[in-house]
Amino acid sequence: MLTIHLAILIPFLAAICIPIFHKLISRIHIGWFILIIPASLFIVLVRYIPSIANGDTFSHTIQWIPSFSINFTTYLDGLSMIFGLLITGIGALVILYSIYYMSKEESLKHFYFYLLLFMGSMLGVVFSDNIFVLYVFWELTSIASFLLIAFWYQRKGSRYGAKKALLITMSGGFAMLVGFIMLVYMTGTTSVREIIVSVSTLTDHTLFVPVMLLILLGAFTKSAQFPFHIWLPDAMEAPTPISAYLHSATMVKAGIFIVARFTPAFGGEALWFWLVCGVGLTTLFWGSFQAVRQTDLKALLAYSTISQLGLIMSLLGVSSLAFYHGLSVEKTLLTQAGFAALFHLVNHSTFKGALFMIVGILDFQVGTRDVRRLGGLMAIMPVSFTVALIGSFSMAGLPPFNGFLSKEMFFTAMLQVKQLEFFSLDSFGALLPVVAWVASVFTFVYSLIIVFQTFFGPHQQEKLETETKEASIGMIIAPVTLAALVVGIFFFPNVLGDNIIRPAMASIFATLPASDYYMKPISAWHGFNTELMMTIAIVIVGVSLYMLYKYWSRVYSFFPKSRSFDALYNNLVLYIEKITSRITNSYMTGFLRDYFVYIFLFFIFVLGGALLFTDAISIDFSGDTPISTFVWIISVVMALTTIAILFVKSRLSAIVLTGLLGFGMGMLFVLFRAPDLALTQIIVESVTTALFLLCFTFLPKWETEVRKLRTKILHIAISVSVGAIFIIIALTVKSGALFDSISVYFEDAYELAGGKNIVNTILGDFRAFDTMLEAVVLFIAGIGVYTLTKFKNGKEAKNLED
Amino acid sequence: MKINDVILQTITRVVVFIILTLAIYLFFSGHYDPGGGFIGGLVLASAIVLLFLAFDIETVRIGIPINFRVVAAIGAFIVVATGIGATVFGTPFLNQAFKTFNIPFFGEVELSTVTLFEAGVALAVVGVVVTIILSISKDG
Repeated sequence: MLTIHLAILIPFLAAICIPIFHKLISRIHIGWFILIIPASLFIVLVRYIPSIANGDTFSHTIQWIPSFSINFTTYLDGLSMIFGLLITGIGALVILYSIYYMSKEESLKHFYFYLLLFMGSMLGVVFSDNIFVLYVFWELTSIASFLLIAFWYQRKGSRYGAKKALLITMSGGFAMLVGFIMLVYMTGTTSVREIIVSVSTLTDHTLFVPVMLLILLGAFTKSAQFPFHIWLPDAMEAPTPISAYLHSATMVKAGIFIVARFTPAFGGEALWFWLVCGVGLTTLFWGSFQAVRQTDLKALLAYSTISQLGLIMSLLGVSSLAFYHGLSVEKTLLTQAGFAALFHLVNHSTFKGALFMIVGILDFQVGTRDVRRLGGLMAIMPVSFTVALIGSFSMAGLPPFNGFLSKEMFFTAMLQVKQLEFFSLDSFGALLPVVAWVASVFTFVYSLIIVFQTFFGPHQQEKLETETKEASIGMIIAPVTLAALVVGIFFFPNVLGDNIIRPAMASIFATLPASDYYMKPISAWHGFNTELMMTIAIVIVGVSLYMLYKYWSRVYSFFPKSRSFDALYNNLVLYIEKITSRITNSYMTGFLRDYFVYIFLFFIFVLGGALLFTDAISIDFSGDTPISTFVWIISVVMALTTIAILFVKSRLSAIVLTGLLGFGMGMLFVLFRAPDLALTQIIVESVTTALFLLCFTFLPKWETEVRKLRTKILHIAISVSVGAIFIIIALTVKSGALFDSISVYFEDAYELAGGKNIVNTILGDFRAFDTMLEAVVLFIAGIGVYTLTKFKNGKEAKNLED
Repeated sequence: MKINDVILQTITRVVVFIILTLAIYLFFSGHYDPGGGFIGGLVLASAIVLLFLAFDIETVRIGIPINFRVVAAIGAFIVVATGIGATVFGTPFLNQAFKTFNIPFFGEVELSTVTLFEAGVALAVVGVVVTIILSISKDG
């Protein structure tokens, strides 16, 4: 299906176009044009829903590097459909919201460039079937989110938050890459679908556990699971539309996606279950517990996101048990945990997106997000209040909102697990529902804080800088839409369940018979059972905790900032910086001579050592052609020139002599009938000599350094051995032909590439990848030189807040 | 100190065009004879360097109002884009295509996508060389 390729690529193409069109349409807010992209992609995906619900999947391949079986293969199934719909749907709403939130004074072209980059990479992550392509998109999301978080890069907090998010998610990403490479090694295929099928049969492989751990590390860092959750609150430095998008709907859910995708591969393993479920529950509890103490609404929402992600993660962990052989219970009881996970995933995106947008509106209209300064806004901002109420109560798990449904299913799943008797669940299983319940109490408490501390109580105008009023209509549309979804899903959950979540279940539990993941329709009323009793208890305990917050808030002083994971991260970064700068300072002496000593010593030990210990030296002159007189002359001249350079007293003569060497080389190329090389050599020589002469006047005075005899001897020894090794290598390479010559292949250049100049066909056709990267490297080097010389001493560096 | 560079400037005016012609010739002949994107670009860059040497930077900049950093960026972009372009037509990344056409007056002409690729290389080389020379010579 080429449409899916386009869906991934269109955001990237549009992003490239922004700088070009930005100037042309500066009168209209550029967001209106960007809005078209996610909206139309959303419609395209919606049109696939019926066929996906029928059980169809779509896959299409564009060849990329077929020789390494790295191809751009897309795959659309139920699971990627959910994520695709969230990315484009929430994306469209966020962009609509941002049109009113981001004023035209901001650097909009950067903003939307990063946003589209992010959107495209997210779509790439969920739709890619090739594991390496998936990884590329995965890292691109990290980079895009880094740019987005650092959007207000003048602020120190933004830069800190961006760096933190990048460091944590990237190190997880690298771990995952290692895992992916191992997977490819184990299974011999790069297709995600085939890998998943074959890994589940390879449980005895030695790499099975390492792969599992490495992939989980990637997923956990991305999804801000305990203890990697620390980057998410700091990422809130980004503009609110970004927070709403990245951290409620999409990026943090990439980890969920990976875990869901790989559940059939690793499901049924005790380690997988305990890690996913245990880390999820810990995150759920810790996030909700920490959220209550926050006074900044956005930070509160950040911790609440962490905890909700933990909830989804733990549900996925439970659902993985369905793959365990020899179950004593019906598998439907476990697979419904998977259903609950996906259901809550959608629900969370709706209510958390709405809440983030409302907090943004508060920030925008009132000028603060501090709950201690907010209050009494219900009468002034009735619409925002309603949306906030719907969102918070849904998050708290109260009817009639969608959060209630998924939370009840969550309790059901946790109660189910308690009854299982394997994976030492018989001893620890009882803990699961308890943790889930306690965490839900805290969730209830912070949901109350959002509503009551912001909208009830006295309005303290004197603490605010601006006159408060309701948000403009354009700004409120997006959150109201999401709030309407929150209520709508509660009343018609089966529309969502049948059309979108069921096909996703089919892709997660594909290896199980369909009857095992059959879900009976969701109903809001499910009788007076334990789950409902738990909810009622949550309300009672939660309200009393909220009322008595003053008295028990001292609990938090047991967790001071200096003993948190945040402090650990800060100290670690600080320590690494200190160590690395010490190491760097010890060898970066500022003398080119010293650097050459390191390079050549390495060269001598590794290459010279290899030559000696592998008995590779073989010198054979028998097959040589006689050397012509001209070659003799030029070689002798070059040798003399080289020796002369060592003894000249002025820089100018040194430059001239070096030039002579280069031209001599060019002459040799001419004699050996390599006109291309000769041309290149001579031109490069001319340009570099010109460069030398250009900066000649700026160079410091030529001074003969007085060096100790010992260093002198060392240098002479190094130079002589390097020269000797080079000569030996050159002669050895010529003598011992280990492989057949590949020149036969290039002789077909005219037939294969239509070029008679073999050098050029090699550069442009046979080894074009090298040339491409060389051109890019050259460009990067040029930009590097430019910035180094232009921004010397930070003269033109912008004023940044410390 | 005023340097008398009348001779250099007069010769440069003539020679630059010869060098530029050579650059274009080298660039296009690359497929059959010595030459190609890298050398063509280098020769082109050397013509510009010669201009910089003979005249001062400001004069040349008025004469050639091009931001060479952008040239380098465009070059690098073309190189990568031609590679991706191949995938759009269903062939592997960086696959090049060629075909001979019979064009009246010119006779048999071979058109190849490698030329686009090489053009990217040439632009990248020109942009980078001139950028480096400009930034080094301006500093100080």
